[in-house]
Amino acid sequence: MQWINIMIQGGLTGGLYALMAVGLSLAFGIMRLVNIAHGDLTVLAAFMALTLAVWLSPGSFFILPLTVVLMAVLGYGLQRLLFNRVLGNDLLPPLLVTFGLSIIIQNGLLEIFSADTRILPSGTLVTDSLSLGANVQVGLLPLLTFAVALGVFALLQALFSWTRLGRTFRAAADDPDTVKLMGVDNRHVYALAMGLAMAVTAIGGYFFVLSTTAPSVTIDVRSVDLEI
Amino acid sequence: MTLFETKQLTAFYGDFQALYGIDVHLSEGEALAIIGANGAGKTTFLKTLCGMIAGRRRDQVYFKGSAISHQPAHAITALGIAMIPEGRKLFPSLNVEENLLMGAYVRRPGPWNLEQVYKLFPILKTFRSRPSTLLSGGQQQMVAIGRALMSNPSVLLCDEISLGLAPVVVRDVYEAIPRIRAQGVSLILVEQDIHQALAVSDRMVCLCEGRVVLQGAANAYSADQIANAYFGVKT
Repeated sequence: MQWINIMIQGGLTGGLYALMAVGLSLAFGIMRLVNIAHGDLTVLAAFMALTLAVWLSPGSFFILPLTVVLMAVLGYGLQRLLFNRVLGNDLLPPLLVTFGLSIIIQNGLLEIFSADTRILPSGTLVTDSLSLGANVQVGLLPLLTFAVALGVFALLQALFSWTRLGRTFRAAADDPDTVKLMGVDNRHVYALAMGLAMAVTAIGGYFFVLSTTAPSVTIDVRSVDLEI
Repeated sequence: MTLFETKQLTAFYGDFQALYGIDVHLSEGEALAIIGANGAGKTTFLKTLCGMIAGRRRDQVYFKGSAISHQPAHAITALGIAMIPEGRKLFPSLNVEENLLMGAYVRRPGPWNLEQVYKLFPILKTFRSRPSTLLSGGQQQMVAIGRALMSNPSVLLCDEISLGLAPVVVRDVYEAIPRIRAQGVSLILVEQDIHQALAVSDRMVCLCEGRVVLQGAANAYSADQIANAYFGVKT
């Protein structure tokens, strides 16, 4: 029965990685931006949640929504003030800029928070599990993470299929020049896309720091980069 | 009343100069044909008007009396200047109706909406949920025209709407022009198909190597005079 447990755990962990990676995919899909700093931004969101937990209380309901809003604003600002300036026909300038940003975030976090492993306390959520009989156990937190990932993906799908903003994202991804002729300000739409990407990334970072494998900045930042 | 005016309009691609001081004006409700051979600067002219090529100076293009040549393309569209780009440039991952709705992004009030566009091109209603890539060239051109109309423009810039279409399809597409004009839209038509363009226009301007070589009423010149100007023959 060991293998069933492993399969289930692996699948559910995939939900967490999907949450962390979808922002990367959004940024690449819509504005052809390869965001090297994406893993670091995920960890930044995790530390943002940790800091908010100190200010509010570790069990506060507001930690996740606040992290999402803060990251969305950060994403909008980053795109508007930094990434938009380097987007163009050449893929290299955005790579260099996000690589630099990656180093800045990583070392900034290391300086402020040290390299200690952290975890956002969530009571017994981390250890609780459902028993499916015959020695098959499913952790409650991975299950919740997976469900949230499914929900986020369904919402994103609906946004892209049925809303004016989603339509504009798709059109801008298809043809960034022609979309200007429709009256679309690319700089604003790209910034909104990055804001959305960072909002989803914040959810990923939040569930990342809830689980037992909390981010020690030095090592895990790199491994997050590799994994997604 | 003059709606659109260029004063000594110049355009550059890097160090290469494509337009050398073009003076053209367009009155309200008028249709102007811009003709000329390949490389005469027709598309460059339109791209400068709609902001796709940034103007170097702010005092070269005037719309309703104010200078617009320094404005970005999306702001110019919002003013009521819609461009039908050469080669249609539909959004491949959007279906027909979504393509049309993209045209309405600026939310300008006016006579054009989905219903009116479907009335103008009934075939598009049939194919409304098809990907735009699965339409024929003529139908794609209709989507491109409809998309531009959805912004309820005061001026419609048409860049080679007959390009790559069979003659019978060109006729279908051009049949829509008088009906579009009837709604009060002014037109600038860039064409290589001189006959089609002059038939639906009030005035014409002939460009050759970035300069105006002939202009006047659409029926003011003989075919020979136009041909000479078109090919840059000095008479």
